[in-house]
Amino acid sequence: MLAILAQAEKTLFLPPARSTVAGAHDGLYNFVLWMSVFWLVLIAGVMIYFVIKYRRKSPQDKPVGPTHSTAIELGWTLPPLILVMIIFVWGFRGFMDMNQVPNGAYQVLVSASKWSWTFTYGGGENDSVLHVPVDTPISLVLNSTDVIHSFYVPDFRVKKDVVPGRYNKTWFQATEVGEYNLFCAEYCGQGHSAMVTKVIVESREDFLAYLVERGKWWEGESPAEVGQTVWVEKGCKQCHSVDGVDGTGPTWKDVFGSERKFADGSPRVADEEYIRESVLNPGKNVVQGFDNVMPTFQGQIKDPEITGVIEYLKSISTHYDGQLLEPFPVSVPAENSGSPGAQE
Amino acid sequence: MSVIQDQVKSGGYGGQHGPGETNYINHSKGVLSWLLTLDHKRIGLMYMVAVITAFLGGGLCAIALRTMLYLRAAPDVAPITAGTQDLYNQLFTLHGAILVFMFIIPAVPAILGNMILPLMLGAKDVAFPRLNLLSWYCYMAGATLFLYVLLSGGLDTGWTFYTPYSTSTTTSVAAATMGAFVLGFSSILTGLNFIATIHMLRPAGMGWFKMPLFLWALYATSIIQVLATPVLAITLLLLCAETVLHIGIFDPALGGDPVLFQHFFWFYSHPAVYIMILPGMGIISELMATFCRRQVFGYSFIAFSSIAIALLGFLVWGHHMFTSGQSAMANAVFSLITFSVAIPSAIKIFNWLATMYKGSISLATPMLYALAFIWLFTIGGLTGVFLGALSLDIMAHDTYFVVAHFHYVMVGSMLTSFIGGMYYWWPKMFGKMYNETVAKIAWGLIFVGFNLTFFIQFIAGSQGMPRRYADYLPEFAFYHKFSTVGSYVLAIGLFVVLFNWIHSLIYGRKAPQNPWGGNTLEWHTSSPPPHENFHEDPLVTEPYEMRAWDYDESIDGYVFDKDKAIELDQQSHH
Repeated sequence: MLAILAQAEKTLFLPPARSTVAGAHDGLYNFVLWMSVFWLVLIAGVMIYFVIKYRRKSPQDKPVGPTHSTAIELGWTLPPLILVMIIFVWGFRGFMDMNQVPNGAYQVLVSASKWSWTFTYGGGENDSVLHVPVDTPISLVLNSTDVIHSFYVPDFRVKKDVVPGRYNKTWFQATEVGEYNLFCAEYCGQGHSAMVTKVIVESREDFLAYLVERGKWWEGESPAEVGQTVWVEKGCKQCHSVDGVDGTGPTWKDVFGSERKFADGSPRVADEEYIRESVLNPGKNVVQGFDNVMPTFQGQIKDPEITGVIEYLKSISTHYDGQLLEPFPVSVPAENSGSPGAQE
Repeated sequence: MSVIQDQVKSGGYGGQHGPGETNYINHSKGVLSWLLTLDHKRIGLMYMVAVITAFLGGGLCAIALRTMLYLRAAPDVAPITAGTQDLYNQLFTLHGAILVFMFIIPAVPAILGNMILPLMLGAKDVAFPRLNLLSWYCYMAGATLFLYVLLSGGLDTGWTFYTPYSTSTTTSVAAATMGAFVLGFSSILTGLNFIATIHMLRPAGMGWFKMPLFLWALYATSIIQVLATPVLAITLLLLCAETVLHIGIFDPALGGDPVLFQHFFWFYSHPAVYIMILPGMGIISELMATFCRRQVFGYSFIAFSSIAIALLGFLVWGHHMFTSGQSAMANAVFSLITFSVAIPSAIKIFNWLATMYKGSISLATPMLYALAFIWLFTIGGLTGVFLGALSLDIMAHDTYFVVAHFHYVMVGSMLTSFIGGMYYWWPKMFGKMYNETVAKIAWGLIFVGFNLTFFIQFIAGSQGMPRRYADYLPEFAFYHKFSTVGSYVLAIGLFVVLFNWIHSLIYGRKAPQNPWGGNTLEWHTSSPPPHENFHEDPLVTEPYEMRAWDYDESIDGYVFDKDKAIELDQQSHH
């Protein structure tokens, strides 16, 4: 049933459904739409009926009608209450499916800046148009180099803000080969309305060919290898070992995904944002047992290099069992069964 | 009862006054008698002139930007350049900023609230008349700062001032935020004044549950104004501190967090949505009672729903940030509370409909606006259900769907209730009747024009048209052209209203004391009221007990039967 919905063409209200979550979204949309039509017709109908039936006969009229009824008040509060609670739960479940990146999704970095998009793949390839293989879950890691933007593909029912200083994440799985509009949805200044590009969904073979053709951006290194180079060349290794032995600073081994305890006793799990913060603003999170001696790398390290460090830390941590940003593997199994959202 | 009998003894009641009488308008003359006035009615009129001027400015921006979008459909006529992009961005920013801060927020409380609230209480003025005048000067100072923004390079941040864009643009952000800051004080002072006035100046015999519902609505609004507006002031000050002193608060380049700004901003601006709509709802309650000529149904439910909306309105700000990357847990909580606001809103609609049941419904112009309000607010509210649902908001956020939704609520509902209220109290404010036929034609143009303009934007947004776009893909051209044509119809309707009002001031027939038969206390004094509001203390009874007012054809108005009123009041106590 949902598969049929997902293949539906453009309707009066919605664009064509071209991702695995679109069917569930459209189901709720249509439910709320028809519920709204029902209430609007009911309310307007009653209003017009009363206007006709109780139209003023004479300015001397002194009508007397009922002025209160607690039973009626409670009675007509109940249906809308039940309806909005159903819609709340339905919307929340749909949102979780849209929000929760499935395991094994192929990662693409999305970098937004005034007023263009850059999409970077694990092999170092990058482009201003997003190419993705069909029927494959695609995980997006979003970062902005200047102001807030928002990644929006109506046909996939996907939108996520692209915020500077944060790595927002979202995902989609396109269900049909084709070209789709990709908009910036958060106002970002003069060229906001020109920050429109395409998502090109193609077969896995075409996608591989595309990657080969796009060439390499990181000179043949994977991001984790870039991170390792940064570790050597920026002097991180002077204080941070990778063999598990603490130096002036804590070792990098098994840091990613572990819980850190700070000097003030507060805990925090070391995720992407924690790593970025520690590079740019090291005084903010000083780990228990260490001194606040590390200089900031603000302005001395490029965003792709921070990404490299993050990937490198992931690669040497037993607390991280997710995917690494890597060249698209020829052997990744196609995910035709779809997302959690498509299982309902 | 002794109160009422004392009043009866005190002498003849209200009635018609001779043509040579003085009223608050001709009570004293000269510019200074206005600029230094402490009379709430004169301050209300001064607000009216200023706020309607701002409305014209913000409205013209809207017509200009819709015209640009129409012409975009023919690219050889209007090619998109950096210049036209900038112009468009400035127009939508000024349209939003002017109309939100200088029109929608002050319109009903500052004009109609100032004018009517003390009259409804049978009081001579608000509790703090000097503070009231100060609030008008704050408004004018804020307006002057906005004028400066217009002349000094404009503003292109959107009315939301989102960081880090707003701290990086070269337009006049500092002046505009200072303008909003000062306008905020005008709002706070009015709210403070109304709270004090309602607490202190209710006449003997008017308990909380004998207040007209417009006062309940103004009271709820004032609570929000006093509690939420300072947060906006703090936010704007922090923004200035960051822009001028480079303290990192919101800008990630300085170590700040841009999403923090959104939290601060919406912590004020979402409650502000209820500052905009609650007073309008209060007007609708008055109109429904008077033009159905009977007691409102569910008085206490309507009154408490205003308070419930005001309080719940503080807890839903996060629903503006569902796509910002805030946690799924936060999203779920904000979504749930957002849905809970739907309930008191629905209660109001149902109670108004029930008030029509077995009433004597007049289709005078103010009532037509009340009926339009029910249609528009129902659509605005129901489309809010789409946006409250998390998965649907992901799709609709920052598209024309949202634009259409908040225009239905903030313009459709709030503007119709404001115009309806202006028509309702116009005879009281100026002592003149307006031309009913012209007023109804204008209503028709506004109702049709509004729906033409904005309904189609729900479809454009659902199809994926993002908001704040100076340009669009060819598949969206039909929606934009259609909407622009609708906006012209709407604009013509609004100009006819303005013409209708000005015409009535010059040529209008003299208004009777009570043209509609309402029983709230403002109808117990002459039109326009004297400087001190009442010739003698009005008789306080149930606000919607209208059976003591009899229609008199010779004046086309209603005259008060005091003995009948006392009799009805005694009956209601048995």
